[in-house]
Amino acid sequence: MEFVKDLISIRDLEKKHIDLILKKSSQMEQALKTGKELNSLKGKVVATLFFEPSTRTRLSFQSAAMRLGAKVLSFEDVGASSIVKGETFSDTIRMVDGYSDLIVVRHSKEGSARYAAQLAEHPVINGGDGGNQHPTQTLLDLYTIKRAKRKIEGLNVTLLGDLKHARTMRSLLYGLAMYGASIELVAPKGLEMNREVIKEVKEKFNANVTEKSTIQLSNTDVLYLCRIQKERFSDQYEAEKVQKEFRITGETIKGAKEDMIILHPLPKVDEVAPEVDRSKHAYYYEQARMGIPVRMAIMDAMVV
Amino acid sequence: MPLVVEKIESGTVIDHIPAGMGLKVLEILKIDRNYGARVALMMNVPSKKIGKKDIVKVEGKTLDDKAVNKIALIAPNATLNIIKNSEVVEKKIVQLPKELRGVSKCPNPQCITNFEPIETLFKIENHAEMKFRCFFCEMAFEAKELLL
Repeated sequence: MEFVKDLISIRDLEKKHIDLILKKSSQMEQALKTGKELNSLKGKVVATLFFEPSTRTRLSFQSAAMRLGAKVLSFEDVGASSIVKGETFSDTIRMVDGYSDLIVVRHSKEGSARYAAQLAEHPVINGGDGGNQHPTQTLLDLYTIKRAKRKIEGLNVTLLGDLKHARTMRSLLYGLAMYGASIELVAPKGLEMNREVIKEVKEKFNANVTEKSTIQLSNTDVLYLCRIQKERFSDQYEAEKVQKEFRITGETIKGAKEDMIILHPLPKVDEVAPEVDRSKHAYYYEQARMGIPVRMAIMDAMVV
Repeated sequence: MPLVVEKIESGTVIDHIPAGMGLKVLEILKIDRNYGARVALMMNVPSKKIGKKDIVKVEGKTLDDKAVNKIALIAPNATLNIIKNSEVVEKKIVQLPKELRGVSKCPNPQCITNFEPIETLFKIENHAEMKFRCFFCEMAFEAKELLL
């Protein structure tokens, strides 16, 4: 098999696996553009099990599966499933494994997707396991960056926001380091990236990672933002101060490179000013659209 | 004056335990006041190798792999002497295992292993720093954190 049997963590992937997805994603995007009918998943059933709410990830997986000719099984409301009757996670996975050919799972507990992969015979894709991993988001982020910049190696990428709790940022740091980007981490005090993760990518990939507490974008090629959640602070005054300080406005991006792009996993609330949405730097809507071709590429690589 | 402790007839002597960790070793071996046979714990014994050490002698006990792996987490250089008929029949040096299966709970409260009936699994991440990574939640921990 060219790809992995289960897609659980970015740590399981080598560069050749990611390269394969980047290449396939581009083919899928092209096929979508030309309206070419694809049927590599025809006759297959894809189950999307979202034990936690999700709009983008769930819908884009379902859309991607349908566009490859698969049928989709899903429960959207945990309240309407047997989970409320006390059924264990493991029983749900075993049962759904018998009903489908591929399982996409999102669950609040860290390691849940890995456990599901142990239980299921069919391939499992991690759609987010608590604060741990969200590998398909990372693949789509890497694809978006490569698509916009034609390369990843040597780019100056700034990751900004709550780097402590955002699983997206952890996986992305790993992926960027693997491809040799220079990474700058900017986070409010107390919400910095886990030291262990920084140490790991430095040791594994000899990555150039620097940490800062203020925003300086003059050298940045890609600015990747994530939300700073108010509920992370015990002091609401402090929360508002930090949110204001880390908000991206027209003023913040003054002096940035002409071709700097801004990415965001969405949903965003008020961390980006409306004038930035309208600027040529805003690339997050484009990024969200890439969810379809990238998830098509992933499922195609896993099932076919 | 040297300390003289009677020989045991059959059982295990665990030597070169870092000073202060002997009690923890007894805890790992689940030895308490209800354990019927002879047990000796010597603390702060001078050692050429490690300065000061603890020694544990337990009669009538052989250690399974799980117990040896647990001891390795707090005493990675300990030696095990297996005694039969008052003779040392086997000498083993404890080594930090490559993986720990079912040895410890995952310290991450959000880890799925704390909610579902799963045997925990930690894989060695860094030998020199004695760090292990949970196979499920992917968090890395120091060996001593796994015994808390």
